[in-house]
Amino acid sequence: MKYALGPVLWYWPTETLQDFYQAAASSSAEIVYLGEAVCSKRRATKMADWMAMAKALAAAGKQVVLTSLALVQSPSELVELKRYVDNGEFLLEANDMGTVNMVAEAGLPFVAGHALNCYNAVTLRLLLKMGMVRWCMPVELSRDWLDNLLTQCETLGIRNRFEVEVLGYGHLPLAYSARCFTARAENRGKDDCQTCCSEHPLGRKLYSQEDQLVFVLNGIQTMSGYCYNLGNELISMQGRVDIVRLSPQGTETLTMVDAFRANETGKHPLSLQSHRQCNGYWRQVAGLELVS
Amino acid sequence: MELLCPAGNLPALKAAVENGADAVYVGLKDDTNARHFAGLNFTGKRLKEAAGYIHQHRRKLHVAINTFAHPSGYERWQYAVDMAASVGVDALILADIAMLEYAAERYPHIERHVSVQASATNVEAIKFYQRNFDVARVVLPRVLSMHQVRQLARVTPVPLEVFAFGSLCIMAEGRCFLSSWLTGESPNTVGACSPARYVRWQQTPGGLESRLNEVLIDRYDATENAGYPTLCKGRYRLDGARYHALEEPTSLNTLALLPELLAANIASVKIEGRQRSPAYVEQVTRVWRQAIDRCRADPAGFTAQQNWMNTLSALSEGTQTTLGAYHRQWQ
Repeated sequence: MKYALGPVLWYWPTETLQDFYQAAASSSAEIVYLGEAVCSKRRATKMADWMAMAKALAAAGKQVVLTSLALVQSPSELVELKRYVDNGEFLLEANDMGTVNMVAEAGLPFVAGHALNCYNAVTLRLLLKMGMVRWCMPVELSRDWLDNLLTQCETLGIRNRFEVEVLGYGHLPLAYSARCFTARAENRGKDDCQTCCSEHPLGRKLYSQEDQLVFVLNGIQTMSGYCYNLGNELISMQGRVDIVRLSPQGTETLTMVDAFRANETGKHPLSLQSHRQCNGYWRQVAGLELVS
Repeated sequence: MELLCPAGNLPALKAAVENGADAVYVGLKDDTNARHFAGLNFTGKRLKEAAGYIHQHRRKLHVAINTFAHPSGYERWQYAVDMAASVGVDALILADIAMLEYAAERYPHIERHVSVQASATNVEAIKFYQRNFDVARVVLPRVLSMHQVRQLARVTPVPLEVFAFGSLCIMAEGRCFLSSWLTGESPNTVGACSPARYVRWQQTPGGLESRLNEVLIDRYDATENAGYPTLCKGRYRLDGARYHALEEPTSLNTLALLPELLAANIASVKIEGRQRSPAYVEQVTRVWRQAIDRCRADPAGFTAQQNWMNTLSALSEGTQTTLGAYHRQWQ
């Protein structure tokens, strides 16, 4: 099993990102995704900064993948995306079909991110033809769904033609909107957001009226209230999953990579708490549940 | 500009035709469409009747097969496409690229429309669907501002359809898992958001509570109107403040934008609501028919009449309407 650090989905200052990736360079993760995947108004870290961090990680022996926006709405965002497609050095993760179109037209390989709707093997066969080398499963899908899909892949003769990645740790991206909910929480519109999401390095917690943590607001993205944790599900990933992705919540996520690795055979189970952590999606129940 | 109206059954379809719809869209009676609700939608036999009626009246029939095919039971989605093709529908509304490929290969003569659930929000995404599946139309998600719709309309190689009226999805459609987060079931996987079987109402001393799979979505005092617990329209707490953190119960109404949509050369305006009654379809279709005809005749002098707005508001969620993402300030 390989481990990947997903892109930082929060809006952290450039220095915080640089510190995080410096620490990541000496972590045990084999793969590092980086770049802005949520909102094009988060401009503090420029492409040159991302490239510098990417190069340092590559020099430390990591496989680096540049990620891209999940919700692409404007021509200016497409212009910026094209620069990433043409970066000339690193593999790109496509999170929108428009991005798939751009990488495919450039004849470049790509990772199909979890924000692309790939629910069956025929969809994957199409993306393979376009240059997909790795597929990260949509976050709402389960082990059983994956099993069925891989069986279908075998029938189509494509089972071993791409890597399978599963997002297994972190607050899950559940939805993308035109509206910025962080700005709304401060009674402001998106045009006047003042990138207030930067003041909330781990998003804003949204509770039900009886204080159940339901969602975390992260700009235009709505995330799961609980932290997804498949650290005790790794045995069931054997033979199905090649890469487990951990979504950075802070430098402690680097330690979590080690905790996952130590528990691959179930010898060092993680202590998980319901209403804080969950594994429901993998177990094919409501996402917020924790099944032991 | 086409007026495209919803129908969950034959009476609704007839109401749409009688009141001036140019085209009607429907779904089949299973999880191949995103309004998979009990008592709704069309069997093969009814679909055939629907196609007969529609063509007799020289209108068009679109069939939504807009969920994502399961790897087990994959044939169900192929069968849905086959069935729609066999009764001679005019367009297939598809979200899954696997189904777009299947339809393009098997039935190249039937128009393929990219469903809103496919989330094509930019010109590169539109080109993707055009290049690979030769699609005839793209339905835009409700995440674009009017300015962005105009920009896209200027450069798109494929005619565009937009949502004009009805329930408002505030997330990029087809990429929202809020429902499965709470219930295990989402529009993409089972064809329903906030499914009714998870809804529970309870009168408590603190007020009327609406729950979805036991999670409290809202609590209403005696003076408030209770709404269906669609989870993005609940009232939550953030730092002690209780409010509609994502969106209020409201419906989309773009009647006031009609001249702009017409000027932008939008091919079709779509009314949401296959789950609604024939009476809803009748009233909404009648208003929009009048409005489109009036707007075509005199775009510069067009205003949304108050009686139209009143009719539409009365049929809306929370009896209020919004321009949604079309209006930049909503975002």
